[in-house]
Amino acid sequence: MPTLPSQPAVCVHGLRKAYADVVAVDSLDLEVRAGECFGLLGPNGAGKTTTIEICEGLLAPDAGTVELLGLRWETDAAELRQRLGVQLQETQLSEKLTVEETLRLFRSFYRRGPAVTEVIRMVQLEEKRGARVGGLSGGQKQRLAMACALVGDPDLLFLDEPTTGLDPQARRQLWDLIERFKTEGRTIILTTHYMDEAERLSDRVAVMDHGKIIALGTPRELIASIGVEHMVGFAVDGGAEMLNLAWLEKLDGVRVARCENGGYELQVSELHRSVAALFEETARRGIVVTELRTHSATLEDVFVSLTGRHLRDE
Amino acid sequence: MSEGTVVAHHMRPLAERRRFAEHSLVQLTLVRFREFWREPEAVFWVFIFPILLAAGLGIAFRNRPADIVKIAAVGPQLANALRTEKSLSVELLDRAAGEQALRTGRIILLAVPASGGSVTYHYDDTNPEARNARLLVDRTVQHTAGARDPVPSTDDLVREPGSRYIDFLVPGLLGMNLMGSGIWGLGFAIVDARRKKLLKRLIASPMPRSQYLLSFLLSRLTFLYLEVASLVGFGFLVFGVPVRGSVWELAVLCLISSLSFSALGLLIASRVRTIEGASGLMNFVMLPMWIFSGVFFSADRFPTVLQPFVRALPLTAVIDALRAQMLQGVGLSHLGGQLAVITGWLIVCFFAALKLFRWR
Repeated sequence: MPTLPSQPAVCVHGLRKAYADVVAVDSLDLEVRAGECFGLLGPNGAGKTTTIEICEGLLAPDAGTVELLGLRWETDAAELRQRLGVQLQETQLSEKLTVEETLRLFRSFYRRGPAVTEVIRMVQLEEKRGARVGGLSGGQKQRLAMACALVGDPDLLFLDEPTTGLDPQARRQLWDLIERFKTEGRTIILTTHYMDEAERLSDRVAVMDHGKIIALGTPRELIASIGVEHMVGFAVDGGAEMLNLAWLEKLDGVRVARCENGGYELQVSELHRSVAALFEETARRGIVVTELRTHSATLEDVFVSLTGRHLRDE
Repeated sequence: MSEGTVVAHHMRPLAERRRFAEHSLVQLTLVRFREFWREPEAVFWVFIFPILLAAGLGIAFRNRPADIVKIAAVGPQLANALRTEKSLSVELLDRAAGEQALRTGRIILLAVPASGGSVTYHYDDTNPEARNARLLVDRTVQHTAGARDPVPSTDDLVREPGSRYIDFLVPGLLGMNLMGSGIWGLGFAIVDARRKKLLKRLIASPMPRSQYLLSFLLSRLTFLYLEVASLVGFGFLVFGVPVRGSVWELAVLCLISSLSFSALGLLIASRVRTIEGASGLMNFVMLPMWIFSGVFFSADRFPTVLQPFVRALPLTAVIDALRAQMLQGVGLSHLGGQLAVITGWLIVCFFAALKLFRWR
């Protein structure tokens, strides 16, 4: 059943959930358009999983409303379960079943959906079709979990940290898969604490911290919003002697200068001018630059500039 | 008949069979079967272990020879006379050594010739075995001296199946097995699925929740009859342990018992999140029944004060009913007390479990 283009796929209003000692989700509003891939980006403990599990009908909110595909959990739970695809964080599927048996089980719960062999092909597990789940690699298990979410041909797909704990190759393989689902026109909601994942997969990203959305937009908009395009990291000989951040910030094109891990980091708008100015000034002062790295600004930098912390800070 | 109808007849059952196999309850039940058969340890404990136990204990207790009574005699003439009785093991000792052996319990009677051809027996009259030995020894002494029984008598030995230890044991083991597989089979599988967040994943899908529990029930029923048939069949074929009551009533009794233990397993598993927590709780629940419910010896041996507690345990009721049904052929209609205890546990545990159960 296609959703009307005008109707948002997910509409969350005033959502709140508190546990004994923490407020996990705090007056959260969220709207996800039909057909988009929406990323919830934030560090561990930001409230991403709580938010998504309330949307999946697994948790009851303390306050607020959730509307998915124009339906509500209070009245349309059975219909919603049929139309949602869910991949949870850290589910261990039964190790003694084969890939095909697992999918046959999940397929039996849904009214409609592709054939089991078709789903196996979609997640590229054809060679592992008869293999026990216990013998699969981490990436294969994750693809199987994805397949379990797809057997009902869902209109709305929830992926909670789909690549956490995977090696880089397995992550890229999973990203390719998710990018293909996007082209099939379903709505995807994805949580992650990897900025590269959110940046690559999401049409729009909500940055979450302490149960609140602190920024919302396309990855490009969010990066543009901090007014810098590049980051320059460098270290100097005799790094113990602190450079004056004030004169670094006076360099051409530098917005912000910070000390980091015994080196320095500059947020700059025009890379070529700032780097030239940096070398000119250090040479003039007789300082030897021992290391220089530059990269384009990322969502990580957005998070750092909003909160002063890194996404992966534990 | 045209060819078309033949084809139609072939086609329809195939399509129906496929639809049947794709039904979620069938799939869930198949998962239960697969998980069981693919766990060799579970198969061992449910099917092989009870049979090994029955075989071992059956052999140990089956051909117990008639007790040999150990005695001693002073003087070779008396000793030789007593050796004509086969159930006596006679040692020839001098008086001092004989008294020493008697005190240490190596023999239970010492026969000493006295003056004038008479014999004195030294023994402890509070020991029934020693009193028995006294009768046997004296009869042998009198017969050797020429006494004859005024009334001739012969022995007809009765060692009937149904009253031996192995007969007592098989229903006990059967009850214990029903308890173990009911509680462990259900409890561990559910706690394990909860621990792995598989339960949570399942309820995030449209799986009908009642079918999940129903699938346990259906697989339990299937394995139940295999379990019962293998143990009862083994007892019957190898040791001739009888099933005197109706086989159908035995099946019904096993079914209710198994359901009752499964409900207990479900109750235990309703909240626990770790395997360690589950095993602790299961052992806590099962230990009193292993001890008090009379698997290996009669529960009647416990003091009267404890009897109300012992009788209220579900395993006691199950084993009592199984023994009465199998060994004495008592019909279910005469086992109302036991059936009431078993169904009582079933109902209370099942509804408590439904109330307490957490999917997460």
